[in-house]
Amino acid sequence: MLYGKKNGLKTTILAISLALAAVTAGTQDAYAERKLIKVDGSSTVFPITEAVAEEFQIEKRGKVMVTVGISGTGGGFKKFCRGESDVSDASRPIKPTEVELCRKNGIEYIELPVAYDGLAVMVNTKNEWVDYLTVKELKKIWEPGAQRKLTGWSQIRPGWPERQIHLFGPGVDSGSFDYFTKAIVGKEGASRGDFTASEDDNVLVQGIATDPYALGFFGLAYYEFNKDKLKLVPIDDENDANGKGPILPSLATVNNGTYQPLSRPIFIYVSKNSAAKPEVEEFVSFYLENAPGLTQEVGYIPLPDEAYGLAIKKFENRTVGTVFGGKGSKTGVKIEELLR
Amino acid sequence: MTKGPLSRNKLIDRVFKITALVATVVGLVFLSVLIIDILIDGLGRVSWSFLTSFPSRRPERAGILSAIVGTLWVMGLTALFSFPLGVCAGIYLEEYAKKGVLTKLVEINIANLAGVPSIIYGLLGLGIFVRTLALERSVISGALTLTLLILPIIITTTRESLKAIPFSIREASYALGATLWQTILRQVLPVAMPGILTGTILALSRAIGETAPLIAIGALTYIAFLPESVFDPFTVLPIQTFNWVSRPQKGFATNAAAAIIVLLLLTLIMNSIAIYLRHRFQRRIKW
Repeated sequence: MLYGKKNGLKTTILAISLALAAVTAGTQDAYAERKLIKVDGSSTVFPITEAVAEEFQIEKRGKVMVTVGISGTGGGFKKFCRGESDVSDASRPIKPTEVELCRKNGIEYIELPVAYDGLAVMVNTKNEWVDYLTVKELKKIWEPGAQRKLTGWSQIRPGWPERQIHLFGPGVDSGSFDYFTKAIVGKEGASRGDFTASEDDNVLVQGIATDPYALGFFGLAYYEFNKDKLKLVPIDDENDANGKGPILPSLATVNNGTYQPLSRPIFIYVSKNSAAKPEVEEFVSFYLENAPGLTQEVGYIPLPDEAYGLAIKKFENRTVGTVFGGKGSKTGVKIEELLR
Repeated sequence: MTKGPLSRNKLIDRVFKITALVATVVGLVFLSVLIIDILIDGLGRVSWSFLTSFPSRRPERAGILSAIVGTLWVMGLTALFSFPLGVCAGIYLEEYAKKGVLTKLVEINIANLAGVPSIIYGLLGLGIFVRTLALERSVISGALTLTLLILPIIITTTRESLKAIPFSIREASYALGATLWQTILRQVLPVAMPGILTGTILALSRAIGETAPLIAIGALTYIAFLPESVFDPFTVLPIQTFNWVSRPQKGFATNAAAAIIVLLLLTLIMNSIAIYLRHRFQRRIKW
C-alpha cells in the first residue's frame, strides 16, 4: 500500500514536470537574450497597443518581447508611476493625484496622443423619429436632475412618441463615462443614475439592438462592428465653427475635428527612464509610425497625419510632462495643442 | 387499506422524491443549455492552429498557446505547493494539535478563509509576493496566490477525510507497537488518500477558472511568448477569454467560446485523473 501511494504521487509530479518541460523545450534557444517591454493600462487603448506589439514582435523576430496588460487607465498609472511598466495606455490625460505619484517616485513621462476614440450615440434600427440630437437635448436627457423626471421620448422633443425611453451607457468607472458626462453635462461623473450600465459594451449593443425605445452611447469601434444592428444618431453642438448642423461620427468627421464634443484623443505615456533603453525607443517610434494603419484596422480613428509627425518629434526631444496641467479630461482640444 | 399515517408518509415520500428530481433536472438543464450553446459557437474554431498560435488582433489568426501554457504552468506549480502544505497542515491539526481554544480558533479561521472572495487573495498576493518579496508579475506569484486561495479547502478536506477513519484502526496499530507517525503514514493516510485527492483536485478545478486574483496580481492580457522560468510573465485561459468576450469583432466571441471549450476539457481531464486515483487507492484497502 505504501509503495502504491508513493508511486502515485511520484508519477503525478513527474507527469506535471514533463508536461511543463515539453511545452517550453523547443523554444529555449530563441530566448537566449530576450528583452522585455512592459505595457499596461486602459482597455480602450489595448486593441491598438496589441496590434502594434504584434507587428513589432514579428519585425524583431522574437528578440524583443512586448507584454500588454489591462488594469484600466487609473490602475495602469499606479503601476507606471511606481516604475513597474515602461509604457502606460491611457484613455484620458493623467490626473493630478497621478502626476503627484509619478513626481514622488521620480518617474518622468512623455505624453503622446496615438488615436481618436469617438463616442457614438445610438438608437434601435426601428426608431424612425430620431433624426438628430443636439448637445442641449443630450444634456436634458442625461443630467442628474433628469432622474425619474425625464422618462418619455415626448419630453425630449414635442412630436416624438409618448413612450418610455430606455437608456444604456458604459459603467461609471469607465473613461467613456467620464468623458461623456464632462462633454455633455459639463461635469465629470455628473449623470442620472437610472440607466442600464455595463462595463461590457457588447451588452449595450445587445440592449439597444433589441429595444425599439432604447438610447445609448459607447465607443465608436463597437458601432463599426455592429452596423447592421444599430442606428447612429448625428449630433449637433450648435457651434458653427466646427461644422454646421448635425454631424455623424465617421472617420472623416472625427479626424478633422468636426464631430464635437464626443471625440477624444487617447494616449500612451512613455517613461523617460525606459525610453533610454534602445528597445523601448524603437518600440515607441514603431508605434507612432504604424499607428495610422493599425488604429483603423482595429476600429479606431487615426489622428491627422501631421499630428503623428509632431508626436515623433516630441518623443525624439523627450519633452516630458502633460499639456493638460494634470487636470484630467478636457473637451474639444485641438490635437496640435497636445503636441507643443 | 385504511387511510392512516402510513399512506400519508408515503405521499410525503413521493412529494420529496419529485422535488429532489426537479432540483436535479434544473441544474442539468441549465448546464446542458450552456454547454450546447458554447459548443455551437466555438467547436468549429477549435483546431490545431488555434491551440498553437499566439493572440492576435485578427480573430481568425489568434490562438491560445500562451494562455494554455500559462495555465499549465500556474496549475502545475499550484498543485506542487498546495498539496503537501495543505495535507501536512491538515494532518497536524487533526492528529497532533492539542484540542484547545487556540486550535478551535485556527479551525474556525480556516473555515472562514474558504469563503473569502478570491479578489482579496489577489490583493494579498500583490502586496506580499509581487511587491514585498519582489517576485514581480510572474508565474510563481500567480501560483503562490492561487495556493493561498485553495489551501483552506485542501486543509478542510484532509481533516474531514482523516476524521472519517474509524478509531479502532488506530488503536489496532498502537496495540502492535506503532508510533503515531507510523500509524498515520501506514494506516490512516492511505485510507484517507482518496478523499484528500478528490478534495485537492476539486480545489484545483476551482483555481483553474479564477480570473480576478490573477488580474489583481497583474497577469497579462497580451503576451506572445512562453514563460521559460517561473519568474516570467504569463497569462491564463480565463483572462484571454474575458478579453475576447468584450471585444467588438464577432470573430473574438467565437474565439472566446472555443477557449472555454478548451478550459472545460482541461477541467474534465483533471477530474478524470481524480476519479482514476481514487479508484486506484480504494481498491487496495482490505480490512
